[in-house]
Amino acid sequence: MAQDHDHDDHDAHGSELSEMQLRVRALETVLAEKGYIDPAALDAMIEAFETKIGPHLGARVVAKAWTDPAFKQALIKDATQAVQTLGLNNRVGDHLIAVENTPTLHNMIVCTLCSCYPWEVLGLPPVWYKSAPYRSRAVNDPRGVLADFGLSLPAQTQIRVWDSTAETRFIVLPMRPAGTEGWSEEKLAGLVTRDSMIGTGLPKDPKAAA
Amino acid sequence: MDGIHDMGGMHGFGKVEPEANEPVFHAAWEGRCLALNRAMGAAGAWTIDEARFGIEKLPPAVYLSHSYYGNWALRLENMVVERGFAGADEIARGHALRPSKALKRKFDVAAVPRSLARGSFGREAPAPARFKIGDRVRTKNIHPSTHTRLPRYARGRVGVIEALRGCHVFPDTSAIGAGENPQWLYTVQFEGRELWGDTADPTLTVSIEAFEPYLEAA
Repeated sequence: MAQDHDHDDHDAHGSELSEMQLRVRALETVLAEKGYIDPAALDAMIEAFETKIGPHLGARVVAKAWTDPAFKQALIKDATQAVQTLGLNNRVGDHLIAVENTPTLHNMIVCTLCSCYPWEVLGLPPVWYKSAPYRSRAVNDPRGVLADFGLSLPAQTQIRVWDSTAETRFIVLPMRPAGTEGWSEEKLAGLVTRDSMIGTGLPKDPKAAA
Repeated sequence: MDGIHDMGGMHGFGKVEPEANEPVFHAAWEGRCLALNRAMGAAGAWTIDEARFGIEKLPPAVYLSHSYYGNWALRLENMVVERGFAGADEIARGHALRPSKALKRKFDVAAVPRSLARGSFGREAPAPARFKIGDRVRTKNIHPSTHTRLPRYARGRVGVIEALRGCHVFPDTSAIGAGENPQWLYTVQFEGRELWGDTADPTLTVSIEAFEPYLEAA
């Protein structure tokens, strides 16, 4: 049974690949011939998502907040404005909101309705973030979801889930790991994982990263 | 609409499966598909709310049996045809057979950097906000057959206003071409037990971003 199931999945995926390749190519050709889209603009957009916009941007925001209390305060007050001052290579749209983890509170971000995600600072969302298991369970079984990521939080930690149901976007400000006193902003940014800014992970262990 | 997209709290979808070192796109067509969808939106073919409604209108079995970008491709085909930008026959042939329709804006290489930041949906407030931080509110028990951003699991529930987020384009009207109709937006926080009953994780709170028409005083 399990084997049959795997086999079916494989076939479905394989046929989707070729079918979608053809359908998307047909769409692009028609829309370009009609002058609605410029294939060179598509190339530029794809290149930006593949090379320019990613979680390294969010990691810089977090590392700055860990080392600069005034920036952290500004970030919590208005993340869009605060991030703008960092001179990242991508502008951030309105209503970015940073939510801070503390020893007693852990934040998690989800979009149960579609795939809303702070992509300007984290890049495009991973497949799991857009998947039915994550979207269905994050709001009623967050600890079970965290267990899927190998993460177990103390039983008394409050868990706060933010469902991104409008054009506000959330980024988690994780706690700075102990044992990083005196670290540079750049070195700290190396500890900040994408998942730690979604709330499904923690920053890397500084001992392992040093 | 009470569609398959509204997944919060559903059971049976299994474990979350993170992929190590996941690429931005798993196949070249995914990147083309994303860029095509965004380019048409940026050129003013439809609003983001109309586009989301386009995904939600895919039949549940179709939605669940295609990948994320697979659904985007089907949505794009449907919307292009529905709005008369191209005919189904042209897409089937893979070539334009008739002249094009005018688009609001031109989306070219020069417009790409602008498209890499989200659009601005904040609007001037037509009236003062009805609620303030700390107010207890109940979400309405509504079931429109059209687009809404009030998820099913949070309807008819009592929560507390945690923040005012300004006045924003109202997706419920924007999605059906009925205008921006700006409304106040609030972060409303619910206790886990209010949403999921006595067996809820006692440490859980969940918030949604709720437009004022979704709320009444509790």
